[in-house]
Amino acid sequence: MAIDVRTSEYQDAIRLEVIGEVDGSTAPVMQERVLAAAGPDCRLLLDMSSVEYMSSAGLRVMLLLFRQISSNSGKVVLVGLSEDNKDNMTATGFLKYFSTAETLDDGITVLNNWQKGEE
Amino acid sequence: MDRIDAYPSHEYQGYKLRPGKPLPFGATLVPGGINFSIYSSAATSCTLVLFRKREQEPFVEIPFVKEFRIGDVFAMTVFGLDWEEIEYGYRMDGPWNPEDGYRFDNTKILMDPYAKLIGGREVWGVQPDWNNNYQHRGRLVADDFDWEHDQPLEKAIEDLVIYEMHVRSFTAHESSGANARKRGTFAAIIDKIPYLKALGVNCVEFLPVYEFDEFENSKINPDTGEQLYNYWGYSTVGFFAPKAGYASTGKFNMQVDEFKNLVKLLHANDIEVMLDVVFNHTAEGNERGPYISFRGLDNKTYYFNFSGTGNTLNCNHPIVRGMVLDCLRYWASEYHIDGFRFDLASILGRDQFGAPLSNPPLLEQLAYDPILAHCKLIAEAWDAGGLYQVGSFPAYNRWAEWNGKYRDSVRKFVKGETGLIGDIAQRIQGSPDLYASRGPTASVNFITAHDGFTLMDLVSYNEKHNLANGENNNDGANDNNSWNCGWEGETTDAGINALRRQQIKNFAVLMMVSQGIPMILMGDEVGRTQYGNNNTFCHDNELNWMDWTQTEKNYDLLRFFQRIIAFRHQHPILRNRYFLSHSDYLGIGVPDISFHGTQPWQPNWSDGTARTLAFMLNGDYARGGTVRDDTLYVAMNMFWDAVWFTVPELPAGMRWHIAANTGVPSPHDIWDAGSEPLLDDQRGFLLGGRSVIILVGR
Repeated sequence: MAIDVRTSEYQDAIRLEVIGEVDGSTAPVMQERVLAAAGPDCRLLLDMSSVEYMSSAGLRVMLLLFRQISSNSGKVVLVGLSEDNKDNMTATGFLKYFSTAETLDDGITVLNNWQKGEE
Repeated sequence: MDRIDAYPSHEYQGYKLRPGKPLPFGATLVPGGINFSIYSSAATSCTLVLFRKREQEPFVEIPFVKEFRIGDVFAMTVFGLDWEEIEYGYRMDGPWNPEDGYRFDNTKILMDPYAKLIGGREVWGVQPDWNNNYQHRGRLVADDFDWEHDQPLEKAIEDLVIYEMHVRSFTAHESSGANARKRGTFAAIIDKIPYLKALGVNCVEFLPVYEFDEFENSKINPDTGEQLYNYWGYSTVGFFAPKAGYASTGKFNMQVDEFKNLVKLLHANDIEVMLDVVFNHTAEGNERGPYISFRGLDNKTYYFNFSGTGNTLNCNHPIVRGMVLDCLRYWASEYHIDGFRFDLASILGRDQFGAPLSNPPLLEQLAYDPILAHCKLIAEAWDAGGLYQVGSFPAYNRWAEWNGKYRDSVRKFVKGETGLIGDIAQRIQGSPDLYASRGPTASVNFITAHDGFTLMDLVSYNEKHNLANGENNNDGANDNNSWNCGWEGETTDAGINALRRQQIKNFAVLMMVSQGIPMILMGDEVGRTQYGNNNTFCHDNELNWMDWTQTEKNYDLLRFFQRIIAFRHQHPILRNRYFLSHSDYLGIGVPDISFHGTQPWQPNWSDGTARTLAFMLNGDYARGGTVRDDTLYVAMNMFWDAVWFTVPELPAGMRWHIAANTGVPSPHDIWDAGSEPLLDDQRGFLLGGRSVIILVGR
């Protein structure tokens, strides 16, 4: 399976659009691309709307990425998770670690509220 | 630092290999590869068979060469495999000689008994492709679940109120409110945790959650055309894997995380998790049954009756013992399971020839195991071979038992049989006649369990009604000690329905005021019915499913159960670890427990027709005198007419209050702590027919 991560700016955040499936074989590529965009204090919108499937290994990489970014004071919101992925993440307990939003604009709101909460 | 063994030393058809490690058994992720280890005492050769996920044909079969074998263990590391994308099995070659127990057949692909994740039945009830030569498929799993601060709860066993639950039945009904994909799964139970909390149970005991095959022995009922399943799952495919079909994420192979997440959330809500484990037989059936695993790996080691019909696991064979121990340690440590209930456990105490052992090594080993040290161990202390060990199960001061005698005696007493008050006095105390040296914590007190009538059916049917099982009503127990209250089955007769509810409440009270560990069958708290079927092992329908509309229709029952369970939690005098002594060892003028008749201090032990009994627990003796509680007085009148009870006098300044009276309609049948009304006449009361009253003295 192939994966692509497209980086762009969205308002004052970085949008990382993940395209493909997140599993054990694609995870290293995704990890590398996401971390390349994630500096200290970064604001990331991880756009998952083009990810049909995340495997068990994929979920683990997501959690590790999230923790790596957070430990560097970065913020990341998962945007546009499919119903299946959301259900799987809820059932397996992964969802509770993440902030999520339906749309990119909602994602910006989540990031802003997050920042306000810290100030 | 790189490891030397992170690099291959052998090669087969382009696959890089290395001699493996024999321990741990099973398939394990190691640097750069996967270590495969499998035991067989008599195989002459072994081949690792690798599939891409869900493909019919393997992509490679790698023989274990001579140097990949140590003792009777084949072990090999294969490099460069994507663990999530493969399924694995084995072919074993060896003698075919059933008379001597050998049934090797190298045309069969065999599942690893240590497989931690099993594919092939990913979604419940979806007909498998029977042409597939490999039905139940070993898979690998990530074991790095984030438990955060979770640990097994290690509650004192005497504080438990157990709720026996079938995973699928709990939420399969559309009234559960779960969406279609989630119904009947681990994930759906999470949404019902508030219900369990409100009910007050603090331990959920799941019917088998090990991978099983709901299509084993499945058939169509000739009368109804309905599909019948192996629904309860008392027939194991894999001892180390949770049932994929019970996970909403099963089709994505995430059942391990889903079940762990459920355990974690139950723990966060102060609810323990117990598993009903089935080591007495497997899904391989008799000698005509399928080759899934053991039969082809090492039939002679794993099974009893090896020349004939058995699929009875040979649990006291040292190899099998090791596997059972590995299995339970795995669930206790990897899944944070709080305890185990062993189905037909007496079989675990038989030797390799079937004879009962006086000091069964497996039972002893489990009792003393360091990893299982704080796990509850509960035996169903009988087996299919006629060994009945209630009271005599080899316990090593560790094992508790399903107390079948409690069930039978209390059923008969509440039904109105005479000659039982002496017996009931024992049951109330935690059965000291059975467990003298073990204490009340040996006694799991239950009236109903998955096997047999539900509580509503116990008071609605004299006879079993099992035609829907397709066996001409020949299956299921005939001796149920049930009473239909005057009409067989459902009725619109208000008097009969009221009496049934009253009887249900009588059972609930007796369970909650008895020393020992009460266990409730899922749905009994809302009057769940199986329409008189007392053996619903094969039904994936309303006969088993919990109908959540009953939480409203039968709210009076639910309300009563919630409050009587709360009552038990509020009163430590009901939850002693050691037997009550009948003596005044605190020197306060009254003993810890005293029995009474309709007159105080005068139980009618010698009256063979008596249907009344009362007892008093002095609250100063709670937890062996270490905790202060109220004084409790319970009077039981199983005669059909009202009877006057004179109550024992309380010390000056204390008065009797009514905590519950099953003879009074809801909502005046039970009172919350602190709101109990004063007993009008402090000398006594007229207790209605077939009623139980609880008084609190304070």
